[in-house]
Amino acid sequence: MKARSWRALAALLALSLVAAACGGDAGDGDLNAQAAACEPGQVDGDLSFYNWAEYIDPDLVTAFEEQYGINVEYTEYESNESMLAQVEAGGAVYDLVVPSDYMVDTMRQENLLVEINRDAVPNAVNVGAPFENPPYDPEGKFSLPYQWGTTGIGVSYTALEELGMEDAPSWAMIFDPDMSSAFSGRISMLDDAPEAISAALKYLGYSIVDVIESQNEAAVEEAGALLKATNERLAKYDSVNFGDDLVNGEVDIAHGWSGGFFLSFDEADAWEDYAYVIPVEGGVRWVDNMSIPTTAVAVCSAHTMMDFLLDAERGAQLTNWTFYASPNEAATPFITEDIIGDPAIYPPPEVEANLELIPNQGELALVFQDQFTQAKG
Amino acid sequence: MTSTLAPEDEAPEERPPEGTEVIAHEGLEARAAIAERRRGFFLGLPAMVYLTLLFVFPFFIVGVYSFATRSATGSTRLSDWNIDSYVKLFDPLVVGIVWRSFWIALLTTVICLVVAYPFAYYIATRSRATRNVLLVFVMIPFWSNFLIRTYAWRFLLGSDGPIAQASEALGLGTIRVLFTPVAVAIGLIYGFLPFMILPLYAAIERMDWRLVEAARDLYADGWTAFRKVTLPLTKSGILAGSLLVFVPSFGAYVTPEILGGAKTVMLGSYVVRQFQQARNWPFGSALSIVIMVIMLAALVARQRGGAKEL
Amino acid sequence: MRFGIRPGSTLERAMAGNAWFVYAFFYAPIITLVIFSFNASSRVGIWGGLSTTWYANIFRNPEVWDALKNSLVVAAVSTVVSTIIGTAAALAIDRYRFRGDRALDGILYLPIIIPDVTMAVMMLLFFARIFAFVDSFGPRLSLGLGTIALSHIAFNISFVAVVVRARLGQLDRSLEEAARDLYAGPWETFRRVTLPLIMPGVLGGALLALTLSLDDVVVTAFVAGPGSTTLPVYVFGLVRRGVSPEINALSTVMLVASIALVAGSLLVQRGPGRTSELAHEITHE
Repeated sequence: MKARSWRALAALLALSLVAAACGGDAGDGDLNAQAAACEPGQVDGDLSFYNWAEYIDPDLVTAFEEQYGINVEYTEYESNESMLAQVEAGGAVYDLVVPSDYMVDTMRQENLLVEINRDAVPNAVNVGAPFENPPYDPEGKFSLPYQWGTTGIGVSYTALEELGMEDAPSWAMIFDPDMSSAFSGRISMLDDAPEAISAALKYLGYSIVDVIESQNEAAVEEAGALLKATNERLAKYDSVNFGDDLVNGEVDIAHGWSGGFFLSFDEADAWEDYAYVIPVEGGVRWVDNMSIPTTAVAVCSAHTMMDFLLDAERGAQLTNWTFYASPNEAATPFITEDIIGDPAIYPPPEVEANLELIPNQGELALVFQDQFTQAKG
Repeated sequence: MTSTLAPEDEAPEERPPEGTEVIAHEGLEARAAIAERRRGFFLGLPAMVYLTLLFVFPFFIVGVYSFATRSATGSTRLSDWNIDSYVKLFDPLVVGIVWRSFWIALLTTVICLVVAYPFAYYIATRSRATRNVLLVFVMIPFWSNFLIRTYAWRFLLGSDGPIAQASEALGLGTIRVLFTPVAVAIGLIYGFLPFMILPLYAAIERMDWRLVEAARDLYADGWTAFRKVTLPLTKSGILAGSLLVFVPSFGAYVTPEILGGAKTVMLGSYVVRQFQQARNWPFGSALSIVIMVIMLAALVARQRGGAKEL
Repeated sequence: MRFGIRPGSTLERAMAGNAWFVYAFFYAPIITLVIFSFNASSRVGIWGGLSTTWYANIFRNPEVWDALKNSLVVAAVSTVVSTIIGTAAALAIDRYRFRGDRALDGILYLPIIIPDVTMAVMMLLFFARIFAFVDSFGPRLSLGLGTIALSHIAFNISFVAVVVRARLGQLDRSLEEAARDLYAGPWETFRRVTLPLIMPGVLGGALLALTLSLDDVVVTAFVAGPGSTTLPVYVFGLVRRGVSPEINALSTVMLVASIALVAGSLLVQRGPGRTSELAHEITHE
């Protein structure tokens, strides 16, 4: 190569180093100040709402648009991590996101969240006591709860009977080869490393919180090995379609989120044939939260949307549509009997004692990912 | 390329006004050559600038990221430069994924070649009218949306799909192909077969058949004539087609996602996963760099080798 | 014996069989998909009579229309821009010697040999850094249709250039030289002689660019922002959620559109006699 070409290359390299080093932290101080100045019901432009797939009654969005005279740009994501990747890349404007518990913790530590001005969210008082100052956001500065639910197993009653698990459903229906070989190729699991590994940890008798707090790599590896041994009996990994696959007969046993199953049961009118169960070994409990990321522009519109959704009747409308439990205590009277009375949605205390929030995995996150990838073969 | 003339030899661009022709002939030729070079430079400039900005420059940015640090919470810190990401490339897990992608891509390429060669040969040896009709029917899938064509197999192979229904109706039991590596390979072959057919067709069609005839006249049997004459003459088509099938198969993302049920991790999905799930940008960048360096090496080898055609 | 294979021989019959097999392989999935898009039953595999319900559903779906609009905008912009830049680059390399011509030749191959996932990574990091840089001066930029179009132009330039170059290579240079001998200026020569001669190549390149833009999922997904979902990204999301009669109907519409596009372009290029040339151009032979 000629000298000139080398010089051009060197210049480019230098330029990219400069570009990589420049910029970085946008002034989230400005955004905090902006948030502090918001008034209840104030809107400051169209709202870009970034939420999970099938996680809001579209009528609620329309009602908000009509009431406040702004447009809501509603975009969906499939996992906490893909949402975070978008927010982190910083290229896109999102005013309101719905991270799960551990993700609030991560984003908070990464300085990716704006402090919420509770004065602009008067309905925040409707939030139930158990959801105030949660471990993932000890001072409650960065999040307000949206919905909560559990991760368990969706299964047909015929399969439950065949397994003899009508009374005591167990993770064994997925992980124990003797139990699950009859359903080989008809089982699906969530395509989500923390959830899949946590399910395996629960079956192995570990406490998820203990494993993560003690950074117990060996336990995660044991869970990974269990998943690997299970892989050949799985039809697929799927985080979106698990409910529909079950009611369409694509699979008989599916690992998934409570509300996702109920939505599918409801749409297919298949309540009599399928059940959502929380295994006796316990499972995962999670809380999704509304937060304002540092990519926000319409900070006040975001506050107003949070307030709108934390209203008693609207909170109930949300739950009546999603079939997930509401952290909004004032909404309880407006939620249908069927949902309030369903132990799979509002688990009784003895079941709830067995449920764990997945903490922020910290350094262990990569081990989770690697073990999961390896298990997939 | 037909352009073998040096610019200096070409006709001068602008004719001087009458009468001045004789006096300044030499200087005009030189000026015309400079004008000619400048014109070429400016014609090529937009593409040069654009591609430098959006390919060469980002290549270095990805390079810089590949030496960055992943923080405990997953963000990328552009400090504490290290080579951890490159060390991780030798992890058996990663090597296994690369190896599997390589094999599936190679298998896809070989099957495409074996099926496409006689097919292209057959079309190229029809009469002109027939040939054009046959070719249009290869073009249609080539121009149709790739995603839709892949989806068609998801639909066909699904447990509710026509194949499963038919086999159950015939009492053959259930066939499970969807969400296996076989389904991924079928999808890749289906998606990229036209990329193999078209260059092969082009190479065979413009072959000089008199050479084959001459070989036969010298008592070579059909197989020998094919091996010694046809095959070498169509080598450029074979190389082009193989490259056009192998490269996208090796980095495929859409096909394994739709037909593999996230159960068969391939390189393309693994790279995407580093950015959207594992949040390991430095490692994803290192993987990308390695893929690009391999492809660049192939390109440089091709250019050095002097092969004019892809 | 012109082609070294006896008509009617076993070998020829085997090749004919192989050809039929390939056509069946190409068309069976597509045709099944089209047939089942008219299936009245919502269970995809079971035939429940003829119906156009699913078509009505997708035409009523505003998300489909938004995605379609986004796709068309991006495809139109990226096709026009990349066709101009790509044609100029092809002319430059084929006709002129200039400083950096070898470098341009090499760079033009990059988008062709780099798999789309790596391209997506490059674009994502590029825009992330550029935006971080610009943001530090105040203005807030957002990923969206603009970044998608910029990325599509980037990979389309190369494909247009390759197709046009192949066409240039087949040209008879004496026509242009004759024009110049008749005192036509360089611009006139280009407009009246070269451009009409390479027009099929330019159109072929534009068609390829249009198709690639309408096909792309991975790069688009990486550089898309809120509200800029294109049709392929939307369909990819649907497909990952499984099989449904609506996707069958949407697929059929998209297939018909692309077949109409190809048929139209073949007609424009004066009959199917051009098809084989198109094959040469696409594959840069």
